[in-house]
Amino acid sequence: MSSADLTKEPIIRVRGLVNRFGAETVHDGLDLDVRRGEVLGIVGGSGSGKSVLLRTVVGLNRPAEGEVEVFGRDVWAMSDPQRRELEKRWGVLFQDGALFSSLTVAQNIEVPIKEHFDLPLSLMDEISAVKVGMVGLPEDAGEKYPAQLSGGMRKRAGLARALALDPEVVFLDEPTAGLDPIAAGAFDELIRDLKTSLGLTVFMVTHDLDSLFAICDRVAVLVDKKVRVGTLEQLLNDNHPWIHSYFHGPRGRAAQHLEAAAGTEQSAPSAAPV
Amino acid sequence: MASVAATLVESEESGSFVLAAAGQWLVTTAAELDRRLRAVHIPRDKQVTLDLAGIERLDTAGAWLLLRTEHELAAQGNVVEFRNLRANLAPIFDQVRAGGMVAPAPHPRPAHHTLTGFLERIGRISVGLIGRVLSLLSFFGVVCIVAGRVFLHPRRLRLTALVAQMEQTGVNAVPIVGLLSFLIGVVLAYQGADQLRRFGAEIYTVNLLGVGILRELGVLMAAIIIAGRSGSAFTAQIGTMRVNEEIDAMRTIGLDPVEVLVIPRLFGLMLTLPLLTLCANLLGILGGALMSWFALGITPPQFTRQLQSALYAWTFWIGLVKAPFFAFIIAQIGCYEGFQVARSAESVGRLTTLSVVEAIFFVIVADAAFSIVFSILKI
Repeated sequence: MSSADLTKEPIIRVRGLVNRFGAETVHDGLDLDVRRGEVLGIVGGSGSGKSVLLRTVVGLNRPAEGEVEVFGRDVWAMSDPQRRELEKRWGVLFQDGALFSSLTVAQNIEVPIKEHFDLPLSLMDEISAVKVGMVGLPEDAGEKYPAQLSGGMRKRAGLARALALDPEVVFLDEPTAGLDPIAAGAFDELIRDLKTSLGLTVFMVTHDLDSLFAICDRVAVLVDKKVRVGTLEQLLNDNHPWIHSYFHGPRGRAAQHLEAAAGTEQSAPSAAPV
Repeated sequence: MASVAATLVESEESGSFVLAAAGQWLVTTAAELDRRLRAVHIPRDKQVTLDLAGIERLDTAGAWLLLRTEHELAAQGNVVEFRNLRANLAPIFDQVRAGGMVAPAPHPRPAHHTLTGFLERIGRISVGLIGRVLSLLSFFGVVCIVAGRVFLHPRRLRLTALVAQMEQTGVNAVPIVGLLSFLIGVVLAYQGADQLRRFGAEIYTVNLLGVGILRELGVLMAAIIIAGRSGSAFTAQIGTMRVNEEIDAMRTIGLDPVEVLVIPRLFGLMLTLPLLTLCANLLGILGGALMSWFALGITPPQFTRQLQSALYAWTFWIGLVKAPFFAFIIAQIGCYEGFQVARSAESVGRLTTLSVVEAIFFVIVADAAFSIVFSILKI
């Protein structure tokens, strides 16, 4: 985990991706690299195909053309055993948590563990309780059913399930959408903490400018059916009209000021030993 | 996986115990490590050191095992310390420690495994049933009031919606209702002929068909198919609108959901189910007639003559008069269950199933009630 952080090898490699729905082309020759240990934010207008990109990378949506490699293997050309190995190494948080409604939160977290490992029941219960604590859910959340949780708690529970197997990459689909600003801020902080302590790579689709400024190392902007990737400084100076209005609109500016104010007191995390 | 190895060595140096952990402390090795840690026995009130120098890889499962060991030993009065944890593994360790000692959540157990649980379940179901009947009655009342209002002000009737419902529940159901009734006619004629032939009374197959289909089977078949086809659709449509908050949106705009959603479905079905019954009757008789012709050699003219002598005018109307009542039951229950949907997709599925079962149940109960009434009236 530690040495790999320095080499910045791409953990996800997308080349020449084309996605079409009927006559409409969503992605046209899209290239994207995600490096190990980074938090990559994916932004773009509504309907620009952010979620489609995420679904394509995790193998839920078959692209019309192009290659998607995760950990150096083509997601669409792997055998079933390879696929199972891959599933142990990633976790996905869907927009509303996508928790199994017939299971309690604790049982939800145990599903991937049960599927992939043969652990004693008591240990599995303990591990799921550890995850409940790690994502900051209250202690009694484990025995509740998803319908009994608030939106923010469902997202945390979904994250706990995504982290059940200590994955190397987590995919987050709009993790802060629908949360109040305090909960969204807390969620950002949680992801940053987990990234630092567990050495996670994070692939995050988001609409939330505050999240972008707070936790993303690099940002990929979906414009013109392709992506433009860069650090925030690079994108802030980009002349593309959509990117310019995105970052320099009133909300973009507000988020920048906020981050500038917070940055003075919180420049430490990136330098922490991982 | 030979490369994934984790070890735990126990030793004692001058009265203090040392547990040396090494290798890969990961979820892959957790089962084995858990077993070994459980086998370690350290007396109370000792100095225990957990030496982590040999740990090469650590994940949250491994970190949890170490922290759990510390916690359990400390609970026995031991003094526990960690040493030599690699700096790059410390953050994981701290992360798990920060999560705290969360007690594992108890698994939900089905309650009826015990006698009291069983009784409790019966009680709950009974009370729930009474509540449901009351709320169904109150829905019935609301629908009647709204229906009365629509009668007084016919302009409030949404004609477009009514016609659309009649098309969906009526016209589109003709093929399935017709085909199944035709097959029932065939089966009934065949089975009836088989039995009646023993008495040399094959010709009475026609009486069996005529009375059976016109009085009972035609309308029952149509009602049961429509309960499965349209009653379920009513619940699913209205239920989905509940989930999407569309019903709430209607209320805020000033539309009455009962008037907009229930009345067109109710009136539509009450108009189309008699017509579907007619269709079921015709095709059922047709199927029976064809089968009688092929299997018994009863020609169509013979068949019609026998049919005329077997039936009297009421036979036909007795079947048909039940149709609007069955339609009322189906639409009422279908719409009622739709409004019962909570804001989750899962409840749409559950209530849709329930609505079909209840609708068929009440249709058959109502049919039995009709039989009793008709036998008292001697028709």
